[in-house]
Amino acid sequence: MELKTLTFIVVGATFALYIAIAIYSRARSTGDFYVAGKGVHPVANGMATAADWMSAASFISMAGLIAFLGYGGSVFLMGWTGGYVLLAMLLAPYLRKFGKFTVPEFVGDRYASQTARIVAVICLIVASVTYVIGQMRGIGVAFSRFMEVDFATGLFTGMGIVFIYAVLGGMKGITYTQIAQYCVLIFAYTIPAIFISLNLTGNPIPQLALGSTMADGSGVYLLDKLDQIVTELGFREYTTASNGNMLNMFLYTFSLMIGTAGLPHVIIRFFTVPKVKDARFSAGWALVFIAILYTTAPAVGAMARLNLINTVQTGPVGSAEGNILLSDVPDWMGRWAETGLLAWEDKNGDGRIQFYNEAGLGDKAAEFGWTGNEMTKVDRDIMVLANPEIANLPNWVIALVAAGGIAAALSTAAGLLLAIASAISHDLLKGVFKPDIDEKSELLASRIAMAVAIIAAGYLGLNPPGFAAQVVALAFGLAASSIFPVLMMGIFDKRANAQGAVAGMLAGLGVTLLYIFWFKGWFFLPDTNMAPNNAEHWILGISPEAFGAVGAAVNFIVAGVVSRATAPPPEHIQHLVEDIRVPRGAGSAPTLQSH
Amino acid sequence: MTEPQNLREQYWKRNLKMLITLLIIWFVVSYVFGILLVAPLNAIPLGGYKLGFWFAQQGSIYVFVILIFYYANKMNSLDREFDVHED
Repeated sequence: MELKTLTFIVVGATFALYIAIAIYSRARSTGDFYVAGKGVHPVANGMATAADWMSAASFISMAGLIAFLGYGGSVFLMGWTGGYVLLAMLLAPYLRKFGKFTVPEFVGDRYASQTARIVAVICLIVASVTYVIGQMRGIGVAFSRFMEVDFATGLFTGMGIVFIYAVLGGMKGITYTQIAQYCVLIFAYTIPAIFISLNLTGNPIPQLALGSTMADGSGVYLLDKLDQIVTELGFREYTTASNGNMLNMFLYTFSLMIGTAGLPHVIIRFFTVPKVKDARFSAGWALVFIAILYTTAPAVGAMARLNLINTVQTGPVGSAEGNILLSDVPDWMGRWAETGLLAWEDKNGDGRIQFYNEAGLGDKAAEFGWTGNEMTKVDRDIMVLANPEIANLPNWVIALVAAGGIAAALSTAAGLLLAIASAISHDLLKGVFKPDIDEKSELLASRIAMAVAIIAAGYLGLNPPGFAAQVVALAFGLAASSIFPVLMMGIFDKRANAQGAVAGMLAGLGVTLLYIFWFKGWFFLPDTNMAPNNAEHWILGISPEAFGAVGAAVNFIVAGVVSRATAPPPEHIQHLVEDIRVPRGAGSAPTLQSH
Repeated sequence: MTEPQNLREQYWKRNLKMLITLLIIWFVVSYVFGILLVAPLNAIPLGGYKLGFWFAQQGSIYVFVILIFYYANKMNSLDREFDVHED
């Protein structure tokens, strides 16, 4: 069967499955429309959380970035898993004990201040919208490939589907749908990885295959082989190439970790487990299910890089017939070229393609008769989707990967849009400005908020401030610098008060946004940046994606100082903080009316 | 100070102590082994992996999982010891 048809069938079948499960479980349990996880076993809740959490950034984008960054890609691996340790130990159990439904609600009640609540809503919206831009980028890549159209058309189609999906709404909140999504996603990710591991090393377990010898009988370790070929082509050594300087690696990882613990759509899941004990275990199980993908990703990245190079560099580097003939270019390259995300050009007119790093190879290139890198565009975000095609895997595997990527992007995008919509309609309109708003207007407001967010994110997704995973990293930086510190201080510092929280959030978010916009352009609009976005211009070599950690430090310091310079929080708030520190006496998980 | 108040403070202190110990491990496996000391550790092979690289891309994640379950279990016993658990 033709690949395109097969892909439509597989993607369609997975959608039918999610909808069927949604309808089936809704019939059995009306009422808990949004409160996923209530009364659900921590293992199930962990799996659903993992599906909710792993987005286009994890599924589509991350391994491709690792493929080209090598060791430097570790910031994503450590950053997006280590945050769960912080979540499980520093936030989840206490927020569960507090028993509120949204993050701004917690902030508003803990600091006894409507202003703090409004500022928290703003922080939440800024971080979430940025996150959605990253998802749109991933969705655009996936749709353009499997519909075989250019990126912009793929993106517009994706926007339409996200809107319908998010408006259908609560469906994503149903735990069993998310469990199905997790299963599709993890199968789609690991099956090609297992095939490719077997092909390359003879070991089917990707985590072990990455440390194994090549199956070609040479006895050379895969990573050594990769290091050797990339350096021969002038790229940096795979296993040691750093992502900026050590300070940047450090802060980048830190920013992603505390961002994880500060993102509203993840935190919400721990508000709704039955007991404090379950909040701790749910975080653990979520990480188990996330770790399955995250420990596979490094193998996917390294092997995709190796396979890509081997596709182009068919013989020894520098030999006359060592590169692929233009006429022999495999079908998958042609298909990706249609999306505009992959391009090549025979610069030296030898009828073959050379793929190398010009700066790294230097004069050697001229000796080989090479006049420039001829793989003129290799978009990092295509690597995971193209990986099974590069490895010549059967069409059903390729179709499955497309379905997995779309499931990952849609579930997270829908979750974030719901978080944005509930922040505006529940926290801002109903909570602050118009408490007497009727159900119908609240619903309308949330739909408008979603539509505006999708259009804004889609527009910015056309010219995104980076690859999907990098845009998402910016969102984490924003969450890290604004939300995480006030939540943590709300629990661990009894002296923290409203003035401190508001000043801290504004300062943390402010400096981080300023730094990001300075290098990425105001509101991410192209060509509005104040300085070139490279290490020479960054302060101490800190990239915009890593700056969230600095913003968080600013937030903590400002909040601490301002709180101590002003009156302590009222007596009843101090008792409340003491109370959330022990599990006993927690009410049942809060419920929110469907909307 | 009333007795329950005192007990609560003890409970909180024990919790903080455990937190700090576990967060030190969290920090060491990721930031120290995976970033700060990655170059010297890379001199040690682990199969086909360099050890520093392995911690950064595999090992730290395994340790994170263990840390959370260890903490959740220990906290459950602590909750019972201080009789603040939910039923």
